[in-house]
Amino acid sequence: MSEEQIKNSWTEHSRSLEKEFDARIARDEKIEPKDWMPEKYRQTHIRQMSQHAHSEIVGMLPEGNWITRAPSLRRKVALLAKVQDEAGHGLYLYSATETLGISRDEMYEQLHTGKAKYSSIFNYPTLTWADMGAIGWLVDGAAIINQVPLCNTSYGPYARAMIRVCKEESFHQRQGYEIMMKLANGTPEQKEMAQDALNRWWWPSLMMLGPTDDKSVHTAQSMKWKLKRKTNDELRQQFIDQTVPQADLIGLTIPDPDLKWNEERGSYDFGEIDWDEFWQVVKGHGPMNKARMKARVDAWERGEWVRNAAMAHAEKKANRKQKQAV
Amino acid sequence: MSTKNWPLWEIFVRSKNGLEHRHCGSLHASDAEMALENARDVYTRRNEGVSIWVVESKHITASNPENNGELFEPAQDKVYRHPTFYDLPDEVKHM
Ligand SMILES: [Fe+2]
Ligand SMILES: [Fe+2]
Repeated sequence: MSEEQIKNSWTEHSRSLEKEFDARIARDEKIEPKDWMPEKYRQTHIRQMSQHAHSEIVGMLPEGNWITRAPSLRRKVALLAKVQDEAGHGLYLYSATETLGISRDEMYEQLHTGKAKYSSIFNYPTLTWADMGAIGWLVDGAAIINQVPLCNTSYGPYARAMIRVCKEESFHQRQGYEIMMKLANGTPEQKEMAQDALNRWWWPSLMMLGPTDDKSVHTAQSMKWKLKRKTNDELRQQFIDQTVPQADLIGLTIPDPDLKWNEERGSYDFGEIDWDEFWQVVKGHGPMNKARMKARVDAWERGEWVRNAAMAHAEKKANRKQKQAV
Repeated sequence: MSTKNWPLWEIFVRSKNGLEHRHCGSLHASDAEMALENARDVYTRRNEGVSIWVVESKHITASNPENNGELFEPAQDKVYRHPTFYDLPDEVKHM
């Protein structure tokens, strides 16, 4: 066979493998780590899953900011448990991503050098205690809407991690809403604080569900691989429709003058989203991008001697055991 | 000093006595003891377990899905290993 012929028969071969692969996913079969998969599938999953993991980890920072200043012990244990859950989510997802052949260190490296992204919502500051309420209610609320469909995604380790994550998220949202409810029913100052938090977090939460469908590049491919089951715009509408009545219930106002119930659609119409702001934050110009990355990198670098010491201790122990055995 | 990365461990949790340990994920730790402690925090924050096994990932040997045909297909045509293969009259009870 000529080189040309070999090349052709090889592409032919991988094309038929790929066809069979797509058919398996269409039949709702799961893909497991050692199964054959197209390189693009592997890379897309490494990218999405690691960015998801990074978001869980960076997402601890805005809330960690308030743990020591929680207004009561009840609130403090709840917030502490929530932030600890987010660490857990990051770890489930990192280990699931490692099954695709990337190391934990490479992923950290990508985050710390800015090569990998994380959800841009975490680049906003947490200015008052009410922000803990708004984040749990809105940010975890939007995250749940994004994550529930992923429990059925095609890559087995990702789907299993998401099932765990989703089980834990509903407490996050409820504790946030409870904080908002309490403030909204409190003194005028407390209610104002809750309203202010809602005003600041509403639009970034809508952006969190991703660019509009006409600007979203990966939708078709992601649908095929079940990384996506609904489009960004559908998810956003779902989020708005379920959240508006929750705001009404506690007497807070969604900061959107164009928000209006549309009888015909059975959904809320809503105002224009400021996508310029979204892209600015994604590109690194949000209010907290630099601070978040610095906190991450500092924690990683300051922890280095601890990681080394633990490893040295483990090696010493193993050596001693070996000597005793001789 | 050169940095050595913490090895990867596979975590298995028994959710309650009477059930088997089940794989639930993996994590990094410097040794088995730390793997156990970390597994407790990562995988059993809500009473998910009464017992944990940790195994360093490099010690696991896995079958290759490419060999699934020769490994598992031979069992498919051995219907005589199942009770329904045997024709008995309806009058036979308790069998
Ligand atoms: Fe989370
Ligand atoms: Fe959460």
